Amino acid sequence: MSVADKIKAVSGDVAGMIAGDSQADRVVPPSGYTANLTVLTAGAMAFLAVFAMALSFATGRLADRWASELAKTSTVRISAPVSELDIQTRAAQEVLRTTPGVATSRILSDEEQRLLLEPWFGPDLPVEDLPIPRLIEVVEDGGGYDPEGLRLRLAAEAPGAFLDDHTRWRRPLVTAANRLRALGWIAMALIAVSTAAMVTLAARAALAANSQVIRVTRLVGAKDAYIARAFVRRFTLRALIGAAIGMIGGMIAIAILPSAAEEGAFLTGLGFQGAGWLWPLVIPPLTAIVAFWATRGAAMRVLGEVT
Amino acid sequence: MIELEGVAYNYGGGDLLSDVSLRLNPGSFHFLTGPSGAGKSTLLKLCYMELVATQGSVDVFGKDVRAMDRNQTALARRRIGVVHQDCKFLDHLSVVENIALPLTVAQRDVEAEMSNLNDLLGWVGLNKVRDAFPPQLSGGERQRAALARAVITGPDVILADEPTGNVDWEMSGRLLSLLVELNRMGKAVLIATHDLNLIRQAKKDVSARVLRIKDRKLLLAGAEL
Repeated sequence: MSVADKIKAVSGDVAGMIAGDSQADRVVPPSGYTANLTVLTAGAMAFLAVFAMALSFATGRLADRWASELAKTSTVRISAPVSELDIQTRAAQEVLRTTPGVATSRILSDEEQRLLLEPWFGPDLPVEDLPIPRLIEVVEDGGGYDPEGLRLRLAAEAPGAFLDDHTRWRRPLVTAANRLRALGWIAMALIAVSTAAMVTLAARAALAANSQVIRVTRLVGAKDAYIARAFVRRFTLRALIGAAIGMIGGMIAIAILPSAAEEGAFLTGLGFQGAGWLWPLVIPPLTAIVAFWATRGAAMRVLGEVT
Repeated sequence: MIELEGVAYNYGGGDLLSDVSLRLNPGSFHFLTGPSGAGKSTLLKLCYMELVATQGSVDVFGKDVRAMDRNQTALARRRIGVVHQDCKFLDHLSVVENIALPLTVAQRDVEAEMSNLNDLLGWVGLNKVRDAFPPQLSGGERQRAALARAVITGPDVILADEPTGNVDWEMSGRLLSLLVELNRMGKAVLIATHDLNLIRQAKKDVSARVLRIKDRKLLLAGAEL
């Protein structure tokens, strides 16, 4: 069969499936448990797909937020003998003030430094008596600064100053979030493959249960497409209905998850935002497309074994 | 319309049929006889392409069946009415739906052909059981329904495997007269049967050739028929 013939056959199947044929539906009897299995499978898979999609979107937002928020701030640490600490701090601040791309710079107070160290040393740390470095918080403007240029200038003006633009720990966090997002998409691909496999198994069971129907209808002159269409229509519609139910269930489950709090946003921020709520609507039609191809493939293989 | 030339059919290492040649022309009427297991049903299956010959050629409506794709096979089968020995009904469809099945699968308007369908049901005496399901039918009713299904589309060729095996003498005559009538309209008819009375009865009305399968070969039967 040429490619043009195949395209014609498939478009005929799609048109026939949408139009329906009550006589053909009557010829192929209802497939009992396999049909219900298809609804159940499609529903469960769509439910999981909504969660996988929500995970992808949530981790995507997380990666973007980490990337953008952390990229906007950096720290200058000044480690110098006590006698030179104030001089180098002032020099570093002057460098920062005159650096294009730096919006603000601020020396962290002793109290802020104590709070930073509190998790490790407890609440009563005498920061002022310890030789700990001075920290300057740097906030970028929209354009950002040139970190290498700033490092060189700091080295010249304040040798004890070290610029930490958070790249070292920002990168693995963003990479982790991006991998989680990819995992979400992989999960959705696996769900699609599993759906196809399960629909194929259900369709093959239905085809096997109807082998007499297939043989007899072939013998009285039915074309393969006519026989296949009855099965394909049934399984595609069942998958569509099941996926719609599963999608609605998944969206309700996502909607009633606890709302996101800043502290626990990673765990509770799973969900959709704004127009993102429209994305799950693509799951039922995609499931129907998967079911269409899976059933059509199974039907054509089984029909190929019948003369 | 259907032509077998030097056909052999091998199954399980042994020949069921060997060097069989047969031509079913428009208006021809053939009986096929032979002992059980001689290969009568196999020969019919070769004619309607359920089996493919292992040797020789089978042409159906001018085309070698080996060169046909599946759609062409389906279209050719719509021009061949077959009465299967085991009837091959769909048990979830009513009698009338089973008889109309060739129309349904050809996507013809069954409602538009309901008048013909009713006439045919009346002719084969199945009006009363038209809405019954195949398991509810007697053997004779099943065979009558099978014959009705075979002729509902007005096929060019009618192949019947023991079509009167379970019907009484009167109904057997009626079924035969239906086939003779169709034959007079130019249809080719091939009937596989053990029923010598049916053959004798038919020969009164139609010029029929009687063929016999013996030792895997197809022969013209003797003068006793």
